[in-house]
Amino acid sequence: MLEITDLVKDFPLPDRSRLPVLDIPQFSISAAEQVVLIGESGGGKTTLLHCIAGITAPTSGRIGINGLQLTKLSEAGRDRVRAARIGYVFQTFNLLPGFSALENVWLGMSFAGKGHDRNRAVDLLQRVGLSNRLHHKPHALSVGQQQRVAVARALANRPTLLLADEPTANIDPANQQKIIDLIRDCCREEEVAMLMVTHSMQIAEQFDRVERLEEINRVHPDEAAQGDQE
Amino acid sequence: MNLFYIAWRNIQQRGLASVLTMLSMALGVTLVILVLSISWIITESFARNSNVGYNLIVGAKGGPLQLTLNTVFYLSKPIEVLPYEDYLELLPGSGRAEEIARIGGRIAEPEREGKYSLYMSGGFAIPVCLGDYLGPFRVVGTKPEFFEQLKYGEKGDLDYEFKTGRNFLDYSDENGYFEAVLGAHVAREMDKQVGDTFKTTHGDPEGEGHGQEFTVVGVLAPTGTPNDRAAFINLEGFYLMEGHSRVFEDLANPDEDKSEVAPRDIDQPPRLSLEKRDVTAVLVKPGRGLFAMQMQQSIKKSLRAQAASPIEEIGTLFNNFVNPVKYTLLGLTIVVCVVSAICILVSIYNSMNERRRDIAVMRALGARRDVVLLIVLFESMMIALGGGLIGWVFGHALAKLCSPLVEERTGIQLGFLNSITSVELLLVPGLILLATLAGIIPAVVAYRTNVSQHLSS
Ligand SMILES: Nc1ncnc2c1ncn2[C@@H]1O[C@H](COP(=O)(O)OP(=O)(O)OP(=O)(O)O)[C@@H](O)[C@H]1O
Ligand SMILES: [Mg+2]
Repeated sequence: MLEITDLVKDFPLPDRSRLPVLDIPQFSISAAEQVVLIGESGGGKTTLLHCIAGITAPTSGRIGINGLQLTKLSEAGRDRVRAARIGYVFQTFNLLPGFSALENVWLGMSFAGKGHDRNRAVDLLQRVGLSNRLHHKPHALSVGQQQRVAVARALANRPTLLLADEPTANIDPANQQKIIDLIRDCCREEEVAMLMVTHSMQIAEQFDRVERLEEINRVHPDEAAQGDQE
Repeated sequence: MNLFYIAWRNIQQRGLASVLTMLSMALGVTLVILVLSISWIITESFARNSNVGYNLIVGAKGGPLQLTLNTVFYLSKPIEVLPYEDYLELLPGSGRAEEIARIGGRIAEPEREGKYSLYMSGGFAIPVCLGDYLGPFRVVGTKPEFFEQLKYGEKGDLDYEFKTGRNFLDYSDENGYFEAVLGAHVAREMDKQVGDTFKTTHGDPEGEGHGQEFTVVGVLAPTGTPNDRAAFINLEGFYLMEGHSRVFEDLANPDEDKSEVAPRDIDQPPRLSLEKRDVTAVLVKPGRGLFAMQMQQSIKKSLRAQAASPIEEIGTLFNNFVNPVKYTLLGLTIVVCVVSAICILVSIYNSMNERRRDIAVMRALGARRDVVLLIVLFESMMIALGGGLIGWVFGHALAKLCSPLVEERTGIQLGFLNSITSVELLLVPGLILLATLAGIIPAVVAYRTNVSQHLSS
């Protein structure tokens, strides 16, 4: 369902040289598969997720989602694919502060042009255990609750792939496991493939498939540093 | 969830800042409305006087503007006078001979027609005597024709109407020559009604009082012209007051061979004889408008008189005085508009920094660049529209509130809606558009927001 080949991503530097971050010959995820991605800080995990989500365009290479070549699309085209097929959960500040929990979930639906399905939004919030918090604004929710709304919102459009970038990094250890379980269960129920970045070995261990970025990526942080100096 | 709702929520989210921005916009529009109303009142009050109902003002030689200010607006310093004989020359047909027979006095060639009678056939000439006051208001000595022949209004098609009572008469059994009509404002300010009497003061408001009493027989309905602020008395009565007759009677045409004409109506009390009479001005409408120019040229050549064209003089006044004020006010409103627009720009622009994250989140949810651009534009549009509407209503409500005061001063009614000017219909939507356009700058900031950068930071 996700097919990456020869993906290269480098960033331009102020001195006109380029900083290589990603060079991934091959990486794929099959439908409804749950994969955890670990790696050193600054290794390029977030960058990879952004590329997959179409938020950043890779320097070269191909990214296919359900057979659709993301890299051939315009930015607006990638936005449309992201709205319809990809759910994204970030580390923090997922929610828009001016909107209630329910509205935040609707927001996830509105950009896909489907109009909003109130029942699904309510169902999802119920699924993440927030049926009594529908009309609370983010500031009235705990960080953990906010993260659960983010999970519900990421799933609102029935995506085929959920990207989660350290979703539990800001949550107290007692709740971390709950959130992880919630994400995994929801993805399983909705048959959504998942790629999760984490720094916690404890969490990574629970997954059948654990990918270390340094193993799939031919650029290594120290190399990048050397590239810096060239 | 549509984009308008999202925009509305963002406005709510910014709470106080949004309210303040909207308020500044509202104040801007209010100011525009008020400035336009003032400019409208000025224009309107002049437009109402641009058609005085006659073509020429004949008076003693001097500045035509001063003659106009005196005669039309009852302003400016008193001016020189003309002998009554000169007024008689302006009467149409046999008017001169008839007037002489009616009044009586010493005059040369009492039978002939007036010099300008040919031009005047079908028109009229109304004498006006100024110089007295009723309280702070000018007293106008004139003939009853003043309210019969003259029309007013922008198109010059409105007849003077009496709110109460009737026009004064040349002679009436009950009041003799001493009837008066009051302008609407005068009646209100001086608290005089039909049946009341008053005495005039000579020369200026604090001048010496005359002993003669005049009886109010009519009060004019408001006209929005300076006539609202004048008291009109019968010319015959005016002449009979002390100090209003000429001392050296034959000063006018000393060389002429004059004969004595006895007044016709012997059963009426004697009138002041012709040779002792002066007029301040004569309001002249020739038989045809075309004749006005020729008459003006001809009168200019005479020794004593001049003829001013009130339309021309008022036009000059308008161009030299009113228009600059109007354009300054208009320029001011444009500045106000620009300031309001900048206010919206600054407010939204300042909020952009804290909102980049939100925009990045929306983009991550699949919102296209143009969608976030639209959301921000809608925000500025809603603030502009909301503020604009509040300001518009507020401005007109304020204008309406001031309406009684304005009406009292100018006779112009400022309704809630009837003072909407065409400029306003252009300027207010223009201002709202401008304010919306001011949203483009923050909208472009939103459009350009680097998503990955603001998601990971
Ligand atoms: N816009 C950018 N311009 C230049 N360099 C960038 C940019 N974005 C990321 N980088 C660089 O790319 C590298 C990878 O960054 P990335 O955020 O993907 O790392 P990461 O693996 O997610 O790290 P962490 O675990 O700390 O979140 C870093 O060296 C970073 O400095
Ligand atoms: Mg990262």
